[in-house]
This record gives sequence, structure tokens and C-alpha cells, in this order.
Amino acid sequence: MLELKKVSTYYGNIQAVRDIDLRVEEGEIITLIGANGAGKTTTLMSISGIVPPKRGEILFRGRPIHGLSPDRIVALGICQVPEGRHIFPDLTVAENLDMGAFLRRDRKEVARDLEYVYSLFPILRERRNQPGGNLSGGEQQMLAISRALMARPQLLLLDEPSMGLAPLVTRQIFEIIRQINREQNTTIFLVEQNANLALKVADRGYVLETGRITMHDRADALRANKDVQRAYLGI
Amino acid sequence: MLSFKDFGRACVVALWFMVLTFPLMVIKVNPIDRVITWRWHNMVWVGVGSFLCYLASRAWQIHRDARLRRIRLGQEEEKEPLSRRILQNPSIYRPLLAAGALFFLAFPGLFSTYQTNIMITALMYVVLGLGLNIVVGVAGLLDLGYVAFYAVGAYAYALLNLHFGLGFWTVLPIGGLLAATFGILLGFPVLRLRGDYLAIVTLGFGEIIRLILENWNEFSHGPSGISNIPRPGFFGIQMSLDQSITYLYYLMIGMVLFTIFVVNRLQNSRIGRAWFALREDEIACQAMGIDKTRTKLTAFALGATWAGMVGVIFAAKTTFVNPASFTFLESAIILCIVVLGGMGSIVGVIIAALVLILLPEYLRAFSEYRMLVFGAVLVIMMVFRPQGIVANIRKTYRVEEG
Ligand SMILES: Nc1ncnc2c1ncn2[C@@H]1O[C@H](COP(=O)(O)OP(=O)(O)OP(=O)(O)O)[C@@H](O)[C@H]1O
Ligand SMILES: [Mg+2]
Repeated sequence: MLELKKVSTYYGNIQAVRDIDLRVEEGEIITLIGANGAGKTTTLMSISGIVPPKRGEILFRGRPIHGLSPDRIVALGICQVPEGRHIFPDLTVAENLDMGAFLRRDRKEVARDLEYVYSLFPILRERRNQPGGNLSGGEQQMLAISRALMARPQLLLLDEPSMGLAPLVTRQIFEIIRQINREQNTTIFLVEQNANLALKVADRGYVLETGRITMHDRADALRANKDVQRAYLGI
Repeated sequence: MLSFKDFGRACVVALWFMVLTFPLMVIKVNPIDRVITWRWHNMVWVGVGSFLCYLASRAWQIHRDARLRRIRLGQEEEKEPLSRRILQNPSIYRPLLAAGALFFLAFPGLFSTYQTNIMITALMYVVLGLGLNIVVGVAGLLDLGYVAFYAVGAYAYALLNLHFGLGFWTVLPIGGLLAATFGILLGFPVLRLRGDYLAIVTLGFGEIIRLILENWNEFSHGPSGISNIPRPGFFGIQMSLDQSITYLYYLMIGMVLFTIFVVNRLQNSRIGRAWFALREDEIACQAMGIDKTRTKLTAFALGATWAGMVGVIFAAKTTFVNPASFTFLESAIILCIVVLGGMGSIVGVIIAALVLILLPEYLRAFSEYRMLVFGAVLVIMMVFRPQGIVANIRKTYRVEEG
């Protein structure tokens, strides 16, 4: 579904991502794990076009999307939940969700999707008239995921959904990520620090070290790998 | 209640103000008789006045804090702000609106031509404020060079009339379009800038336009400006000066209504929501598929359009334009209107424009002190109501539920 070929991305002269090759198949959950500053966020930003790559190709369903503007890429069905949530603090929860459907014109379907995300996260329905900035961190993460779902993406890019959340809330969110993948058949690209949980929900995983992919395998195989265990699982 | 400490503070404040205003209020030099009059009684007034003012403001502050504490403890209901209570209760605002409408319709009949002229100016600033409100209040792009678009409109009429004999009604839309084009021209280089940097570049842009007008003599006739610009015509009927001022007044009323209608529609449209979202979080906007470039450029263009059209009206009203009318001070005043009115609030901007333009005019009675009073009003506003006259009551839009 998505293919990255020798993608390199820079911030000015600093190269954050080096010649990355990566594939995502239809309907799977893949995860990209790595230490702080490895370039995980940058990889996602390159895919969504917010920080376009300098070299290399990104193909979505065989069609090159590198060089397209972010809004065109969203229109093609790739939606990102940015790191640190980035909800609109002064807009209400309902308005935040509505912004997610900004590019859509099918009001009926949008209303259906709204019901769906409210059923995933009932707390959001309760809070729908409150400003997004008043939500707790976990609720904001739920809102950020829901907002992205409102765009009805075929590929959902999630950047550290567990950041700053209590273990219980994290597990709940990962459960729902799996549910979205199953029920909506949404392909999911998950970036995580919490390698343990990420490798449990994912089908396949990639390991990123200082801008390079150093390993990729089935998730259970990575979990069994001695190097990965030592570096990322704390075993 | 007021404590002993407050009285002590009040004394200090009074002393401070007495020292501060000493040169202005006490010493009076008479250069003809070569004598200095010492007006000590003024010092007493300043002292007593600032003492009482300080105590009054303290009392108010204590009262407010006590109420906030009771609200926090749940002993008292939180009151809706007065402006909101008025704006959301039809039985209050309908009669107010009707009275206001009647007043403005009857204005030229009730007052002299001089007053009507002042009111026309105030109405022009209402439109300018509403236009800048799109850029600064709604989209959150701090634009300090707004007056440039006003100048573009005014010179568009002056020059097109001079060289091609185009009339007011032809140039009005042309001026708007031209200003919009300039808005986009300014928009492109500043797309990546935010906050302070954006403010500096827009400030520079405003000055560039003014300097071009001042120095490019062949094009704009330089500092001496262009005169004999015709007033707006009305199906070729000859009008006396009084009549044409009355005519311009009603034209301006129409213009204000048109602006309110369009700006209100814009704010509640898709693009309005995009502006609002862009002001809140750019990365989130991009992730949601909002075209950042187009959204910003439309904000600049649609904001500038109003300044362009008012510029045309300005040229027609004064029948004379020169670069001195388009200094940074103008931009600052228009920005004051937006900030004072409460960023993003249409009603607030209208009230602020009327107050800010009419106040100095009617303070002329206090001639030399009027700028002082004007400044004091601004400072007091910012201390007591930093959120503006009408705290932004954004209409939260309804989201359809299935
Ligand atoms: N806006 C930026 N400007 C310059 N350098 C940046 C910028 N953003 C990231 N970098 C650099 O690029 C590299 C990769 O950063 P990136 O944010 O992709 O890491 P990450 O894997 O997401 O880390 P984390 O787990 O901490 O979020 C880092 O060395 C970082 O310093
Ligand atoms: Mg990151």
C-alpha cells in the first residue's frame, strides 16, 4: 500500500532520515520503534508531506506522493496524528472532530463516522461541548485519534499515542487501535517509544537507529530478538 | 474591605502622579511676558483625583476577587459577562438594535454637516476595523501594514480618475480587487513567518508603499498629492456640498451593512473555520488537510479588499489624497480598534471604532489634553478589560449528529 524507497529527509543541513526503505501492506499494523531522536517523527512527517523528503520516493498505491502538498496527501487517504496530539485548544471537542472532516463533503457519512468515534470513546460524547484544551492528556489523545479518523483515512499514521499516558489508558488506546484496524480495515503505521506494547499489537516492525533502518521482521520475531530485547524492551 | 495598606498605597500613587504631572499641570511659561505662573492648585486636584481613583479601582478589584472566590467555592453562580447577556437576549438587543438603526438613519437630519462628516470617518474606520479583524482577529496574522491597502484604494481612484476619467462606482470594485492583489503580493513572502517577524515585515511593507507614493513623483505626484478628485456621483445629478455629504453618509451606512453581512458569513464558513484553526495550531491544520498557503493568502486578500474599497471612498470624501494620510499611525489606530473591540468579535470592533474615532473628536473641547485622555482610556481599557470590549464570543458551530 505504502512504499518508501531510499527516502532521505533534512532539516536545513541536518540529515534526520537516511535512505530509508520501508513497506506497508494493506490492512496490517506496522510499527516503527527507535530511541529519542532516531528520526521516527521525521519519517512520518515525510510521508504526510509536512516535512517533504529531499531524496527518494514515496509511493502510495503505486502512485508517487513525495512532493505533493500535505492537503493533497490527506485527500488521498493518509492522515496523521501528530506527536504531542496538537488538538485545537479553543475549539470544542465536537468542532475539533469536525475539523478532521474538513476535506469531506459527504455530510451523512461524516455524521455516521462521528457516531462511530463517539462509540469508540464515549467520554468524548460527554465532553463534546467543552474546549479541547480542557481535556486531560489521555482524553486529548483520544480526541486526536478520533479527529484523524473523521478524515476516514485508509492509512493512519500514529505518532507516539502512549506519550505521557498512564499504563491503563495506554492499553485502552492500543486496544482501540486494534479495533479500528479490524472494524474499519484501516492500515496503521504506529510510531512508538513503548516498544513492548507496540510489538504486541503490530504485525511487523521496523527498528530505526540514528536515521537508518537497522532491522525489520515480524513483530513476534523482533520481540524474541536478543538485541531488540536489550535495547528497547529492557529485558 | 479597603485596608489601611490601601490608603498608604493611594498616598504613594497620589504623590507619584503629582510629581509626574508637575511640569505639565503646574508650570506655565508665558514667553511674551517672560514670566512663569505656578498653578499649585492644579497639583492639589491631581493629588486628590489620583488618590480617589486608586481607592475606587482597589475597591472594585477587591469586590471582584471576593466574587471570584465565592464562585470557586460554589457559593455563587458564575454570571455571564454583561456583553454576552445583552447579545444573547433578543428582548434586550432587538430594541437596542432598532434604536441604533433609527439613530444612524436620522443622523444627517439631526446633526450638522460637520458632525455628519465626522460620523462618515468613524464609519470608514468601522469597515477598516472589520477588514483587519479578518487578518488579525480571526486568522491571527499580526499585520502592521494594513494602511498600505487603504492607500492602494485611495490612489487607485485618484490616478484612474486623473488619467482615464473613471468614475467612483467603477473604481470602487477595482480598488477592492487591486488591494486584494496587493494582499496576495504581501502574503507570499510572509507565508512562513509568524508573530513578531510577520509584524516587522508587514510594517516594512506599509512603509514601502508610503515611501513609493512620496518619492515617485511622476507616478503619484509626490508629497503634494492629487487634488480635485470628484465626489461620488448619483446618476449624474448635481449636488450641493451638503447634499453630497449626506449622500456619502448613507453610502457609508450601506457599505458598513454590506461589510458586516459578508464578514459574518465568512467567519462562519469553511474558510472561516480554517482561519480560526490556523490561528490555533498550524501543524494540526496541515495534518487535517487544510491548505496552509491558500488559507493565509485568502485571509490577506479578503482583509485587504475592505481597506481598498474604503480607500476609494476616502479619496472621494476628501477629494484629495497625499501620502501623509497613510502613515504607520493609521495602521496602529486600526489595530487598536481590533484589539480594543476584542479580537474576532464583530460587535466589539464596531463599538471600538466608533469610540476610538469619535472620542478624540468630541474631546476637542479639552483641546490640549485630548490625546492625554485618549491614551489614558486605552491604558485603562487594557488594565481592566484586556479581552476587549466584547470578549470574543465565537459562534460555536453546530455539528450534525447522525
Ligand atoms: N524542526 C527541526 N529542526 C531541526 N532539527 C530537527 C527538527 N526536528 C527534529 N530534528 C532533528 O532530527 C532528528 C530526528 O528527530 P525526530 O523528531 O524525527 O526523532 P524521533 O525519533 O521522533 O524522536 P522522539 O522519540 O524523541 O520523538 C533529531 O536529531 C532532531 O534533533
Ligand atoms: Mg518523535
